[in-house]
Amino acid sequence: MEAAEVNIQPEDFDAGIEIRNLREASGTTGAVASFVGVVSDRNDGADIESLLLEHYPGMTEKSIVAIIAQAKQRWPLLAVKVIHRIGKLQRADQIVFVGVASRHRGAAFAACEYIMDFLKTQAPFWKKEKTSAGERWVDARSTDTEATARWK
Amino acid sequence: MLDVLFFASIRERLDSERLRCAAVRDVDALIESLSERGPDWATVLRAPNVIIAVNQEIVDSTHRLHANDQVAFFPPVTGG
Repeated sequence: MEAAEVNIQPEDFDAGIEIRNLREASGTTGAVASFVGVVSDRNDGADIESLLLEHYPGMTEKSIVAIIAQAKQRWPLLAVKVIHRIGKLQRADQIVFVGVASRHRGAAFAACEYIMDFLKTQAPFWKKEKTSAGERWVDARSTDTEATARWK
Repeated sequence: MLDVLFFASIRERLDSERLRCAAVRDVDALIESLSERGPDWATVLRAPNVIIAVNQEIVDSTHRLHANDQVAFFPPVTGG
């Protein structure tokens, strides 16, 4: 059975295994580009102790599948994998993996960034930070919305 | 009946995660009906940055509703 393109999971992931899977799934790949997001230690002037990741089960998967489909229309992609963790995460934990295989590096780099930009602004995840001053919901950033505008 | 969901800061402010409610004409009518539940509800659900999804697709508040639709209210997303 073909592995799912999108996994939403509390468990950590091994980017090395994911990259190998992308290389193998795509046969004669020319390029695999990948991105790993990591929980920051600081945000908006406060030290982050941990994060709680909430999501909208069902819509999350659907929205990332749609983003991947749009990326495949723009670039000739051989394989794509997105993993996003949910639940409680500590600083320096891995939070998201995006991997893209294509024959050429230009397409792989661009598609990886495109998927990440739209995931940040469209996929229904919410971060709640625990800082020394208490808990707070993370505010959406206008720079993230601006990042998607360049793909128009 | 409609299946209504609230996420993140909206869920916390309304102290409600999910409720069932009688089908109404559109999302605006649903917000009006939900506003009878408490003084905060209209303020929270009418906030300018609230995102509305019907059957997991983002819509605006004039979107027509049908029996068994799933309606979700959530703040701007912050994943990744």
